[in-house]
Amino acid sequence: MKRIKKVPHFIGNGLLNTAEGIGKAGYLLFQTVYWIGRGFVDWKNTVAQMVEVGWMSFPVIALTSFFTGMVLALQSGQSFKNVFNEPVFIGTVVGFSLVKELGPVLTSIVISGRVGASIAAELGTMKVTEQLDALYTLGTNPVRYLAVPRFIACVTMVPMLSIMSNIIGIFGGLLVSVYKWGIPSTIYWDDIFNFMDVGDFFHGVIKSFIFAAFIVITSIHKGFECEGGAEGVGKATTSAVMISMVMILVSDYFLTYLLVLLRIG
Amino acid sequence: MIKVSGVHKKFKSKQVLRGVDLEIRDAETLTIIGGSGCGKSVLLKNIIGLLKPEEGEIFVDGKETTRLDESDLLEVQKKFGYLFQGAALFDSLTVGENVAFGLNNMKTIPPNEIGKRVLECLAMVGLKGVENLKPAELSGGMKKRVGLARAIAHKPEYIMYDEPTTGLDPIMADVINDLIIHLQKQLGVTSIVVTHDMKSAYKVSNRIAMLYEGKIIGAGSPDEIKNSKDAVVHQFVEGLSQGPITLNLDKNF
Repeated sequence: MKRIKKVPHFIGNGLLNTAEGIGKAGYLLFQTVYWIGRGFVDWKNTVAQMVEVGWMSFPVIALTSFFTGMVLALQSGQSFKNVFNEPVFIGTVVGFSLVKELGPVLTSIVISGRVGASIAAELGTMKVTEQLDALYTLGTNPVRYLAVPRFIACVTMVPMLSIMSNIIGIFGGLLVSVYKWGIPSTIYWDDIFNFMDVGDFFHGVIKSFIFAAFIVITSIHKGFECEGGAEGVGKATTSAVMISMVMILVSDYFLTYLLVLLRIG
Repeated sequence: MIKVSGVHKKFKSKQVLRGVDLEIRDAETLTIIGGSGCGKSVLLKNIIGLLKPEEGEIFVDGKETTRLDESDLLEVQKKFGYLFQGAALFDSLTVGENVAFGLNNMKTIPPNEIGKRVLECLAMVGLKGVENLKPAELSGGMKKRVGLARAIAHKPEYIMYDEPTTGLDPIMADVINDLIIHLQKQLGVTSIVVTHDMKSAYKVSNRIAMLYEGKIIGAGSPDEIKNSKDAVVHQFVEGLSQGPITLNLDKNF
């Protein structure tokens, strides 16, 4: 009976903590945008973060998207062959899937694991070793010094990585389409460009921009709020990655719904 | 001058400060002593504005700081230098960049003089030729000294030392004590030292205040504290296991 009585308390606490977390993350986003709006951007630091997020993530994004394109072409070719006796429209399936969904989602998932985890761990370590406090005592706002460069780096680099992922994935699909299914490359390209337009491209880019904002704000927030030494840093990192991934996958549906409603793609 | 009046601070349900009243006079070194976890560092962080008290007021040079907005608080914080317990050096920067960090941000001296000032501060704490090393390449004592060089680089009016000798060997601890005295005499700054190292407290302080159960229970010169009749102060400064301060130890042990 005592345990049952604790359930509403447990649920209430959980809801309150979630609401508090969302509020704090929202305020962090507001502060970050405020400093960017006032032009307080440390470009040297920002470019270093762009290299870290963009260039350093490129190999893993390239590898995963190349194989994703290949497997899409393999699966769709086999399915169409089973249904229509002919592996048709492979380019269309690969193009739409990658540009509107898998490019932005897979890129963001990889970035949340690679960059989000690194941001949460780095800032979390700075928090527990009092380096964030030290910034204040040296006349520096941590949001301005740490959050702004990471935010700019993520919201610019993730859409670019997503575009690169689309291109590489489509080439992966082309390889399977030509060498496995024997489809001429001109037909593959026609299947893509006859059915897709610039709206589809922006559909994916807008999504990846929003996913990037989710990842970077969640990771910075978890780092800044980290408590309790090494264990706290571990928990902050895990929770930053988990929350980012869940938010990417859940918000993807609602974003798609909204963008389709707005006739973007 | 700093005046702390009726400051209360709690973390979740744990009440750490329960109405602290304290005055730190200009150009003195005041040491706050007390057991581990009694709230000494919390008090320092309230004074410098890194934490906000739930109740009470803190005046720095006559200005109440607990309700200042961020930009005004940053201006007040520029008057302070803070030596953190673990030095809190920025891992990604070199020693030189760490010491120059505050100077670059506060713009208190022209940029072309920063390099010279960094070398001066490092020399003042007895370090030469380390400006290009990363903090990971330094020993604990060297990190503390770099932290001190960083804290004094912008010539603050107040320097706060959070456990400056903790984790150091006795000789290095005494070197740090000498540095605190030397800096106070040379720069004429007001210093607040937080420690539970009584040898260090007696050596560096003009006055000592004891924090116990969230309140200042006694303050006076090192001699007055050493000869205090207060049972709690006496037990602490003598380092006695028996007395009014209980650590909830297993009595059968």
